[in-house]
Amino acid sequence: MIVFRRIVPIHIRTVVLLAMTCSAIVVAQDEQVKSDPVREFFERFDTEYHGFYEARAGYRLQNDPDEKDMSIMEARYQFDLFSMRDWGDIKVKGDVYGDGVEEKGVFDLREANLFMRPTDSMDVKLGRQVLTWGTGDLIFINDLFPKDWQSFFIGRDTEYLKAPSDAVKVSFFMDWANLDVAYTPEFDSDRFISGERLSYWNPVLGDRAGEDNTMSVERRREFLEEDELALRLYRNIRNYELALYGYWGYWKSPGGFNEAMTAAVFPDLYVYGASIRGTVGKGIGNAEIGYYDSVDDRDGDDFLINNSEMRYLVGYTQEIARDFTAGVQYYVEQMLDYDDYENNQPAGMPKRDEFRHLTTLRLTKLLMNQNLSLSLFTYYSPSDEDVYMRPIANYKASDHLAVEIGGNVFFGDETHTFFNQFHNNTNAYLAVRYSF
Amino acid sequence: MLRKESSAVLLVCAVFSLTVAGVARAAEGDAPDVQTIVTRANIVAYYQGDDGKATVKMTITSKAGQTREREFIILRKDVVDGGDQNYFVYFQRPSDVRRMVYMVKKHVGEGKDDDRWLYLPALDLVKRVAASDKRTSFVGSDFVYEDVSGRGLDQDTHELIETTDAMFIVKNVPKKPEEVEFSYYTVAIDRKTYVPTKMDFYDKQGQLYRVIESKDVKVIQDLPTVTRSVVKDLKTGGQTEMEFTNVQYNVGIGDIFEERYLRRPPREAMR
Repeated sequence: MIVFRRIVPIHIRTVVLLAMTCSAIVVAQDEQVKSDPVREFFERFDTEYHGFYEARAGYRLQNDPDEKDMSIMEARYQFDLFSMRDWGDIKVKGDVYGDGVEEKGVFDLREANLFMRPTDSMDVKLGRQVLTWGTGDLIFINDLFPKDWQSFFIGRDTEYLKAPSDAVKVSFFMDWANLDVAYTPEFDSDRFISGERLSYWNPVLGDRAGEDNTMSVERRREFLEEDELALRLYRNIRNYELALYGYWGYWKSPGGFNEAMTAAVFPDLYVYGASIRGTVGKGIGNAEIGYYDSVDDRDGDDFLINNSEMRYLVGYTQEIARDFTAGVQYYVEQMLDYDDYENNQPAGMPKRDEFRHLTTLRLTKLLMNQNLSLSLFTYYSPSDEDVYMRPIANYKASDHLAVEIGGNVFFGDETHTFFNQFHNNTNAYLAVRYSF
Repeated sequence: MLRKESSAVLLVCAVFSLTVAGVARAAEGDAPDVQTIVTRANIVAYYQGDDGKATVKMTITSKAGQTREREFIILRKDVVDGGDQNYFVYFQRPSDVRRMVYMVKKHVGEGKDDDRWLYLPALDLVKRVAASDKRTSFVGSDFVYEDVSGRGLDQDTHELIETTDAMFIVKNVPKKPEEVEFSYYTVAIDRKTYVPTKMDFYDKQGQLYRVIESKDVKVIQDLPTVTRSVVKDLKTGGQTEMEFTNVQYNVGIGDIFEERYLRRPPREAMR
């Protein structure tokens, strides 16, 4: 991500946002505007040009002593270039946005890749790309590709939960199974919560912290040395999708601290897992399992490094009425070597439970010829006793213009639990997007 | 396929499906029975050729006159004539759904639900879609899923209520009325081509509320093909026009109905 500090003067940003929003609406309503010189320019090179303009504004719904009131304030332009050549496809997609909260301009290159189908049984995708696999709905066990939790919690479009990887993905298609190999030569961590935009539980301070106490992190930047390898072997048997997974890399969000406890680190992590998905009754059922081998703390007695874990997920989705879908999931994280963890945890630090239970419920209702979508995704952890709710109402006013209102609501009993640590970030936002 | 009534084609049909061969023989007689008519019309409407490809443009017009457009390329491959078939839909418009792929493995038979997948390119996400009520709107249009992929013949009882110079008029009554919003529908089927030209749906009170008409029929590769159809919802005042261009049959669509091609469609699906 390239960042231009303070290119958007603080007092102009609201005006710019409003102007953008208004112009987008005006353009959207003027359906006569058909010719686009930029598109015509790219078409001359057999390249499709699409994208969107978006304005998004949100505020915290309560005072947060550690962060600004404004949770999101941005004007964004995304371009999406795609060209099919004889030898393969080229895709470049990027976002340019003015960020009113951090008072900076950002260029975020989301995709820049080449895709080739060199033989009947092989696909190759090389370059910056978004990678996803696994069966969970907003829960990831074997998908260890980078996530952007910050974007997710401050109310950006769900698209931004997936951060891009700089990787090569080679897929082999065989009669008995298919194999995906994704190699990332330089570790791509999650865009994790560091305090910059969201207040969080800082275990070193033993308190919630925010932009004044951002987490220091020891990054891993050794090209070809600090790399990641992810495999998926999968096949479809009578429309039941079976998969085996392997991952050799690092905890994607900081999974420990250095010895001086001055910085968070990304310890080594290997993951082995499996999943199945298919029709169950009137709906779709899925189950997934993963063994997280925390290589740097295999005995579980190093309190600075995450223990190994087992992770389990079952889910079920069904249409319960016309245009109304419900999905439920039950997820468990089991800490291994829990006795060693308990015995070595310094006094005063809040202890994790051996089992973290998490349930989710997704309700989605489509109305007005499917132009209005109302959805509510709720995470509830009975063991942490905390809740995270994502209500979203999205209305497509036309083929180009969409308006969205949503929120991110966190509450619970204890300040350090996974979701309730973000309680003071509870926010609501409004967005207008013009797609072309 | 059935229109070429050469014995060679009949033989191929017979190998694939005894029902189809039976239909063809019966069609050579004077007065086909109603089962023969609906079976043949079903083949003409949904199973022409072994496979097919078309660019579809939908224009959805609300009562207030506001229009929305959908454009997609659809590929179809029959597993069994008159039975299971696979669909691959590659969206091109509007831009917020561009490059999305929707894949259906249609299963015909009592209590069998289709398998459906959706690919969301921005998230690189292959989603499994829960089998839904087939009377649900297709992509927000006035067409429902069943209009696009066909309603199982065994779900209705059929009665030939009128034979005009040009048309057979068949009345269809659902065997499970609680699963659908209509009490019955009639279909006007062209006596020569067996193309369904008009469908009238009646609600539970017996009122006509929904009409689908085939506006243009062209012969493509010797197969009569509806290239423009319009559905009108008389209750909401909305209507949707569906236009088929670049229609091709027997293009030799391979085994593209799998995850590999969801994530990256074959070239023939993209243009």
